[in-house]
Formats: sequence, C-alpha cells, structure tokens
Amino acid sequence: MGRTLAEKVWDDHVVRRAEGEPDLLFIDLHLLHEVTSPQAFDGLRKSGRQVRRLDLTIATEDHNTPTLDIDKPIADPVSRAQLETLRKNCAEFGVRLHPLGDVEQGVVHVVGPQLGLTQPGTTVVCGDSHTSTHGAFGALAFGIGTSQVEHVLATQTLPMARPKTMAITVEGELPEGVTAKDLILAIIARIGTGGGQGYVIEYRGSAIEKLSMEARMTICNMSIEAGARAGMIAPDQTTFDYLHGRDHAPQGADWDAAVAYWRTLRTDDDAVFDAEVFIDAAELAPFVTWGTNPGQGAPLSASVPDPASYEDASERLAAEKALEYMGLTAGQPLRDIKVDTVFVGSCTNGRIEDLRAAASLLEGRKVADGVRMLIVPGSVRVALQAVEEGLDKVFTGAGAEWRHAGCSMCLGMNPDQLAPGERSASTSNRNFEGRQGKGGRTHLVSPQVAAATAVLGHLASPADLTDNSATRTPAGV
Amino acid sequence: MEAFTTHTGRAVPLRRSNVDTDQIIPAHWLKKVTRDGFEDGLFEAWRKDAEFVLNRPERQGATVLVAGPDFGTGSSREHAVWALQNYGFKAVISSRFADIFRGNSLKNGLLTVVLEQSVVDRLWELTEADPAAEITVDLVERKVTAEGVMADFELDENARWRLLNGLDDISLTLQNEADIAAYEGSRPAFKPRTLKA
Repeated sequence: MGRTLAEKVWDDHVVRRAEGEPDLLFIDLHLLHEVTSPQAFDGLRKSGRQVRRLDLTIATEDHNTPTLDIDKPIADPVSRAQLETLRKNCAEFGVRLHPLGDVEQGVVHVVGPQLGLTQPGTTVVCGDSHTSTHGAFGALAFGIGTSQVEHVLATQTLPMARPKTMAITVEGELPEGVTAKDLILAIIARIGTGGGQGYVIEYRGSAIEKLSMEARMTICNMSIEAGARAGMIAPDQTTFDYLHGRDHAPQGADWDAAVAYWRTLRTDDDAVFDAEVFIDAAELAPFVTWGTNPGQGAPLSASVPDPASYEDASERLAAEKALEYMGLTAGQPLRDIKVDTVFVGSCTNGRIEDLRAAASLLEGRKVADGVRMLIVPGSVRVALQAVEEGLDKVFTGAGAEWRHAGCSMCLGMNPDQLAPGERSASTSNRNFEGRQGKGGRTHLVSPQVAAATAVLGHLASPADLTDNSATRTPAGV
Repeated sequence: MEAFTTHTGRAVPLRRSNVDTDQIIPAHWLKKVTRDGFEDGLFEAWRKDAEFVLNRPERQGATVLVAGPDFGTGSSREHAVWALQNYGFKAVISSRFADIFRGNSLKNGLLTVVLEQSVVDRLWELTEADPAAEITVDLVERKVTAEGVMADFELDENARWRLLNGLDDISLTLQNEADIAAYEGSRPAFKPRTLKA
C-alpha cells in the first residue's frame, strides 16, 4: 500500500523502531526562543550534557521583544532577564543566536523559512505550538514542550508515537477577497478545536496548490488551532522557487539531489488517510471569529450565533461564556461590531505578502478615528523589504503605527497589549480570553479584513471599502 | 521525574470545555526561567472571581482536576503542567486532551486520564454534590474509582512504564547512542545546517 506525505517523512527519520516503544525520530532542525528554553538549558547544565548538534540548532528572540525603542534597555526587568538568559545560554553552549537588533531577528517561524533552513522532507521542532507553520514546505514540523526541547538539545532525537493522518482537500477557486486565513478559520470552525487531535493534517487539492508559500504557511500555522500538532503541504515548483538561492538552501549538485528527493514527497495515489475532509473553495467567504476559541467563527456576513442553537451542552455553555466575555449579544450582525485596535502581524500573518495586502487597502485611506492600528512585521527582513517598497509610508500615512519585528500583540508578553474591555481585529491565531491583554477581546481576521476594519471602525471586508468609495482620498489630496 | 503509581484525593470539578493553556497559565508568567513558583498564576484570571471553583474553601487541598473536553489546547507552554503541579494537582481527568499538553504532562509525572464524557459527567455530579468525595487514579490497574464509579482508562504501555518508574527520557534515549550515530552518518549532504562549514 502507498504512503502519505507525512508517513514518508516520518519513515525517513526513524532512528530506532522497536515493538511496544514509540519511534525514535531524528530532528533536522531545532529552533529556539527565549520563553521555552531556559529550563531546558538548566536541565542540560544539571546533567552535565552538551548540545549534541549545534549545526542543526538556531535561536532568536521574539516573544518578549519590544516593538518600540529597541535601541534602549528593555523596560520590563523580567522580560529583560529572560532575554539575557537566552543570550547567556547561547553563548555558554555555542548556539547561533539572532538577538534583538540583529538583521536576522524576528518571529522564529518567519526566520526559519526566510533563511532557507526550513526545507521539504525535514523534521522541524521548536518549543512553540506554531511550529506547524513550517509544514507548508512539506516538512514534518511540530511544537514541543520544554522537556522535549531539552531532549532534542541533548540527543537531536525525540521518541514519538506515530500520529494518524488526515487529508483536508480544498478544490476550486477561492472567491475574490477570500484568503488563506479565511480558509483556515473556516476549516477550524468546521472540524473544531479538537478535530485534528492525534492527526497530522495534509492540505491538498487545487485551491491549495495555487497558494503562494506565504499563504501556505498561514494555513499550516493554524493546524494547531484545529488540534493537529502538524499540518503539511506537498512540496512543488512553488516551494522550490521560494527556496532557490536562499542563504541556507542547498547549492550546486546538492540542490539537484535535494530537488530530486523533494519531488518524491507526495502522497501516493493508493495511500489511505485515517480521516478525510472535503471543502469547496467557491463556497468560502471572509471569515471572522466571534468567540474565545478559534473554532468559534463565522462568515463576516453572518450574525453572532444564539447559544441556544447548539445541541451539544458543552458547546452551548462555551458559547454562552464566550458571548459574556466578548460583550456580544446573539443575533448581532458581525459587521456591526466596533473595534478599538487592529493588529497586523504574527507568525500567522506577519510576512511581506500580508503587509502588502493590508497596505494596498490602506493606500489613500485613513484609519478610523478612535482606532489604533499596529503593523508589526514578522522579522527584520520583512520590515526592510516593506520599507524598500514604501509600505511603511503607506501605513504611517494612513495613521497606523509602524513597529519593529516580534510576536507583539499576538500574545502580549511585551508592552503591546489590549486594555481590559478593549476589542481588537487581529491577524494572529488565538482569540483566547486575555490572550492579547487581561480582559481584552479578540476577533481573528485576515490582513485584508484587518485593513478594511481599521478604515471603517467595525468588522468589515475589502468589498465594504469599495462599496464606500468616500473612504478613499484621491491621490495628492 | 517523580514516579506515579496510584493517587487518591479530593477533586475540583471544572465544568468548562476548551480550557486553553493561556487560561491555565497566562503569558506574563512565562517570563520566569524556573520550573517552580507558578502556583499563583494557575487559572489567574478566573481566580479573581471568589465563586470560581478553585477558590471555594471546600476545594482547598484537592488534587484531582476533573475538566471538560479539549483541555490544554493552544500554546505548547510546559508551564501549564508546572502550574498545575505547583498548585498541588497530581492528576487531570478529561474526555479529550490537546496533544502537546498531554505529552508535557506525562513527561512531568502529572497523570492525564482520558475517560468517556459520560463518566466525567458522573464524576462532576458526585464531587459537586459531595466536595469530600475522593477519586482514586490507579495507574497500576489503569482504573479510576470513586463512589459509584469504576472506569478503566487507556495509556500506552511505554508511557505507563516510564511513569510507574519515574524514568528520565533522555537517559533512556542515550542508551541508543549507536543508533543515533549510525543515522547521523547516513544523512544526505543537502540537509540544512545552521552553521556554515
């Protein structure tokens, strides 16, 4: 019987297989950041162990880093101490580090791909659940806990139980204005936050094949929000073109050998998935969340659902609690929801295409009075590219704040937070209670919806902007 | 890791689904660089409400958390497991756990037990009606027992063996050093490296 993409990559990394034991998998790339690594380095120190493969390990700073005044000492002493701990650990153990201020610094899941380190058929881990992002390249990439970070540092392997496989096939054309973010939010609403639990998801079908690498990363990034530890997309010419010439991509004969291998990384025609989901791309529309988990979402044209409409008691209770926390009432049109803050950034939507999409809608328009809009590039490289294209001027011209790279308001570990009761439209990945600041209320959206929302002051799609031509100031005025 | 064989204790019934790790331990607690001292951050936002179940006097000293489905979703932060343990929990029962949280819990000796939702419902009813009711989680027999409840649970034999003996994963893996070295010797030259030769 044929094998799926996930099974092929898995099989190629088995160091040891024994009856009644999890497989021991080799890890090709280990990404580190400041939040989930200190206790792991401590563990190494206590056991007198070294980092086994420094040449497969790389660190950056992202979760705690400020997005303003980065040339000054970090104001929060606890954040500063955590960054200093990473610097000390990397220096002591010899790990390559891109700290705040370095040109390669940024959100760890933006940095790996742009350096060309994330490659098809590799195993990638990081102490961060959004490691699933790297699956867009046909890598088997998953988030791990700190004990596993220590395990990989010490052994470059992980004992893992073989996951089940799920295919999510998306056929057809995405309608105008519908993005990868809308697609993944719709998928999560459909299968639920536990729907992918125990599976590696493979996204496939004509609609997926047409997506750019960055859009594919957006999809795979949020696999974890559907409960799946990893999401994958088979590598193809789009993948190879993205990688070619990048700093750590193979070169010369190695490139040819790599591409020959990468071309084999496709699910065989006779392979069988443990579960299958089919989605018609043409039926999708801009999608937003209304609740406090990423599965509580609906098309922007819909209204806040009535909790009483849920048959399942636990879902009903969850919806009731969500509406109470979010300050929403059943039946309220989603488009009527006014926001205070709009955040564009994160490992989900902080890459150059995301910034371009937001800028194209903001050009010649203004952020609505009373709305704060933060644009946080995913990495320094993304920021430099945006500046080269003049996007920063578009953002500041529209009244948005152009910030330095980092995780920022996605999780509010740095000063970028919502105040209690404040409401955001956010291109990030989690709308959990308090995720963006204590008492903050989050609606997950695409960069396009974020930009339209910023201009109109309420949840809105790009189409709402063109319907309302008065929002665009003629050039030169 | 501390070994886990069997544990008996009073329970905290948590009637919520989709309890994500941001609720278990909010992000600002993640700036700490130790594995301890997280107990005050456990469910921090909800504990501001005096009526929250963890705050009730009759729940003090309880050691078994009985939670709704999809417990531990979201962030991979192992701090969520440390916070539960620092607070005093020895076991968590739910009908479904998020994968990363489950893995983290078993690596730290916090036993996460999957039971049918109907059994979770009965445990909720029992422990809400009688806060003194005890639940026994027996890893040797793979059984959860309480008054009127007896349920078997599954846990793969390897994970069970490591928990029962409190074994350190890294030491176990390093016993296979020869296999790791052999694999390393066979990796193709085109694989990425973070350090250039």
